[in-house]
Amino acid sequence: MPTKGYMEVDPNHCKGCGLCIEACPEDCIEFSSEINRLGYHPARYKGEGCIGCGFCFYTCPEPNAITVYKKGKEVA
Amino acid sequence: MAKDILSTPKSFYKEFFRKPDADKTNTHYCPGCGHGVIHKLLAEAIEDFGIADRTIIISPVGCSVFAYYYFDTGNVQVAHGRAPAVATGLKRANPNSIVISYQGDGDLAAIGGNNILQAANRGENITVIFVNNAIYGMTGGQMAPTTLIGQKTTTTPYGRAAANEGYPIRICELLSALSGPVYLARGAITDPATIMKTRLAIRKAIKAQMDYKGFSLVEILSPCPSGWRMTPVEAKKWVKEQMVKIFPLGTFKDETKEREPIAYEKREYTKEEIKQALGLDKEAPHFSHSMDDVKPIWRNPKIKISGFGGQGVLLLGNTLAEAGMEQGYHVSWIPSYGPEMRGGTANCHVQISTSEIASPVVDHPSILVAMNLPSLDRFEDDVVPGGLIIYNTSLVTRAPKRTDIESIPIPATDIADKLGSLKVANMVVLGAIIEKTGIVTEEAAISALNTVVKHKKFIPLNIEAIKSGREYVRNL
Repeated sequence: MPTKGYMEVDPNHCKGCGLCIEACPEDCIEFSSEINRLGYHPARYKGEGCIGCGFCFYTCPEPNAITVYKKGKEVA
Repeated sequence: MAKDILSTPKSFYKEFFRKPDADKTNTHYCPGCGHGVIHKLLAEAIEDFGIADRTIIISPVGCSVFAYYYFDTGNVQVAHGRAPAVATGLKRANPNSIVISYQGDGDLAAIGGNNILQAANRGENITVIFVNNAIYGMTGGQMAPTTLIGQKTTTTPYGRAAANEGYPIRICELLSALSGPVYLARGAITDPATIMKTRLAIRKAIKAQMDYKGFSLVEILSPCPSGWRMTPVEAKKWVKEQMVKIFPLGTFKDETKEREPIAYEKREYTKEEIKQALGLDKEAPHFSHSMDDVKPIWRNPKIKISGFGGQGVLLLGNTLAEAGMEQGYHVSWIPSYGPEMRGGTANCHVQISTSEIASPVVDHPSILVAMNLPSLDRFEDDVVPGGLIIYNTSLVTRAPKRTDIESIPIPATDIADKLGSLKVANMVVLGAIIEKTGIVTEEAAISALNTVVKHKKFIPLNIEAIKSGREYVRNL
């Protein structure tokens, strides 16, 4: 699948509400099996499929949890 | 959406330094709470408009009481439901500021119902973000005015019944009946498309204020997963499937194009004008006086003055307090009266003291003035032993029963009548107080009259009454 955009979740700012997973039209976000410092399974990018639509950003209630790079991002 | 990177809006604080717990970068909101999303939309709009340095956000009572943790703007937290009133004051004091009142449904539609109605009707140039989650979230999920019929809350455990609790209040529809508002819209934060519509509505509302067009309000249907006992995803679905049926989305009023901008009268006040308005432009009068010259029992007196409303009971107290102040003392004066302007009972508590006054309430007066019989009946027993009762024998038909107090009978109303006005009976009594106790001087009292009496033409008669009262007591 072509990857146009890129999204990332700061695992320590995610409260695991799952709204971004629900909103993602490309189904490219999932819950992590890890438990973060707040005690939740945070959301995480599956690694491919992001089209940079920003839906996850606008459904996320936490100000510091999600960043969307619409034109993609160089991943090391 | 011109930005390539979507991340934390700049009009949020980088660190939420006001938040008392250790976690300074997360919100205090529950997972899936609508407030977080609405905060984000609002913060983004403020950033994009470049208005953060002139925006004041009003935090209400409710979960968003701590909105001031997050927004790097001016912040005020106000009493329950009173945000529109405070917003009015802020806006009128500085019409160039952008005032955003952030309120929930309990705050806005219940306790603050009339506040929002009047502010909207005045067309105040403010923006209200009205977060409707159909419940009292912060206090644990009680019924709100916006609770749906059949919705179970902690106070409607069998579901809201119209027969018992009435119907959900539709604020947008209600306000759209008024002429004042310029922009009214209802959005929701459910699916991304609806969120984006709400995002635009918020921007439109703020823009209306920036263009001086008048009152704007955006109602936002918002999930409360904790209060509704649902998962965040279920809660969003419930907004979409249940709330939207009762609270249809859309624009209810938009006169942003037609409406002329409000013209504010620009007025700058000079220091001198402010001083003059506050009465600080003149040097305060000062009269020398020593409490040492007063009999110990009346030093730093606690005075209660009581009578019918209309007998000038409050004015007498006010004059005493003002005179005490002009003698350099700490004073207090509090009135206590019924709803009637005349004919009811009124009393006031006055203290004049060489030291600071902790409480203005006088339960046990050292000086009691009884202008009528009910006052003597009611307060005689409260006077401290050795205290003084001055009673108006024109209306009080008995002498005090107490033997451990001093009393002065004075036909104040009759004396006043002879002077030409029943209304100066209070000043006759003031004369009696001056003559008997010396707690204030005649000079200070006359000076005080100039401050407390509105119509200066009555001052000579008042002075005459004071002198008559003194003379009567002197000849007793």
